[in-house]
Amino acid sequence: MNYLFDPAHWTGADGIPTLLGEHLLYSMIALGIAAILAIPLGIYIGVTGKGVFMIAGLANALRALPSVGLLILLVLLISPAFPSKMGYILPSLIVLVLLAVPPILTNTYAGVRAVDAAAVDAARGMGFRTMKILTDVQLPCSLPLMLSGVRSALLQIISTATIAAYISLGGLGRLLIDGKAQNDFSQMVAGAVLVALLALFFDQLLAFITRRVVSPGLTRRTLKTVTSPSDAPLIPAAA
Amino acid sequence: MNFEWLGRQFDNIVVLLGWHVFLSVTPLILGLLIALPLGWWARRQRSVYPFLVGVAGLLYTVPSLALFVLLPLVLGSKILDPVNIIAALTIYTVALLVRVVADALDSVPEDTVQAAKAMGYRAYQSFLKVELPVSVPVISAGLRVAAVSNVSLVSVAALLGIPQLGSLFTQGFQLRFFTPIIAGIILCVILAMVLDGLVILLNRWLTPWTPKVVAS
Repeated sequence: MNYLFDPAHWTGADGIPTLLGEHLLYSMIALGIAAILAIPLGIYIGVTGKGVFMIAGLANALRALPSVGLLILLVLLISPAFPSKMGYILPSLIVLVLLAVPPILTNTYAGVRAVDAAAVDAARGMGFRTMKILTDVQLPCSLPLMLSGVRSALLQIISTATIAAYISLGGLGRLLIDGKAQNDFSQMVAGAVLVALLALFFDQLLAFITRRVVSPGLTRRTLKTVTSPSDAPLIPAAA
Repeated sequence: MNFEWLGRQFDNIVVLLGWHVFLSVTPLILGLLIALPLGWWARRQRSVYPFLVGVAGLLYTVPSLALFVLLPLVLGSKILDPVNIIAALTIYTVALLVRVVADALDSVPEDTVQAAKAMGYRAYQSFLKVELPVSVPVISAGLRVAAVSNVSLVSVAALLGIPQLGSLFTQGFQLRFFTPIIAGIILCVILAMVLDGLVILLNRWLTPWTPKVVAS
């Protein structure tokens, strides 16, 4: 704990605020890219029903891949082509995006699929056009599951970004890896505590956002959907 | 791939594989044994359910590398002690399964429970012989997820220097050498698939009354 309360560790290029900032930056970039890729694709698959076979296989196959191995493999492949810092930032981002896409994709798809068919029919009966049904009925109704996918993805990203410190990515994982290299256990503990707090903070933040943006009329139904284990794709947050 | 290197390292890799199996399967079994009574409790005592599921969710949130480092403080073990890995993965497995077990028990049709009661089953008999067997398919679906993610999580421990297949990754990184990395990834994926398959087989064996279709 001493490490955390030493003011010297809170300033400079390897100070805790810098590391935290880096951790957040990489996490947000990866989450953004993953969301841009996965949400539209998930909606498309959910609405049209095309490519469903792809989803089940993808989630399982990616879960079995060891992220450490993938990370190191990509660094060795990519870093010779980029002499600068991009040599390890790029592979790290690729792995982070790769791990974040399946939970968002599967949950978006599941969310769109789970929308009550009667609600869609009712909207059509009221004269809504297809696009309007999508934006006003299907998307709001699938929001809870979609956001729970984003939540899993973000936790996965924060967790894996920590591991990426091993291949010299910045971020809070530095404290763990450098602490290990220097046999400085208090530095490792400080890193572990900060990473855990960061993950818990974002978990609670997304839970809060979910409560705020999801229509109250859905909450009961959502509870039902999320608690049945066969419906909620269980994507492990930890990596 | 440098097969000559693989041949020379064969004995070493088998030892690492053995450790990997030990480190990923032990927490699976321990986790299931702990999650069953907890899930049963959460289902019996409705007020406990939100608390247990909440705590499980929080524990599941903590990144693995952080948990590996924090556990020695709680357990009083050394940082390189494999016990930390087993404890951490047991925590994840329990966190994942508590909710699955509680929900699975909850989804047993009320009629079935009533019928067991009417036939003279006591509460514990009804749990062991009726409710638990009927819940097996759902629990094993959760167990499959835990099994596969455990295999991947164990390899993270290589960053702390605890030997298992993940050591092939760090070794390959230090030597700038692809062969151990690719071999490690392939072995991890195969191990995950084998464990996944074993859980599926176990599920079929325990639920002979279900139609023979692949449970997903």
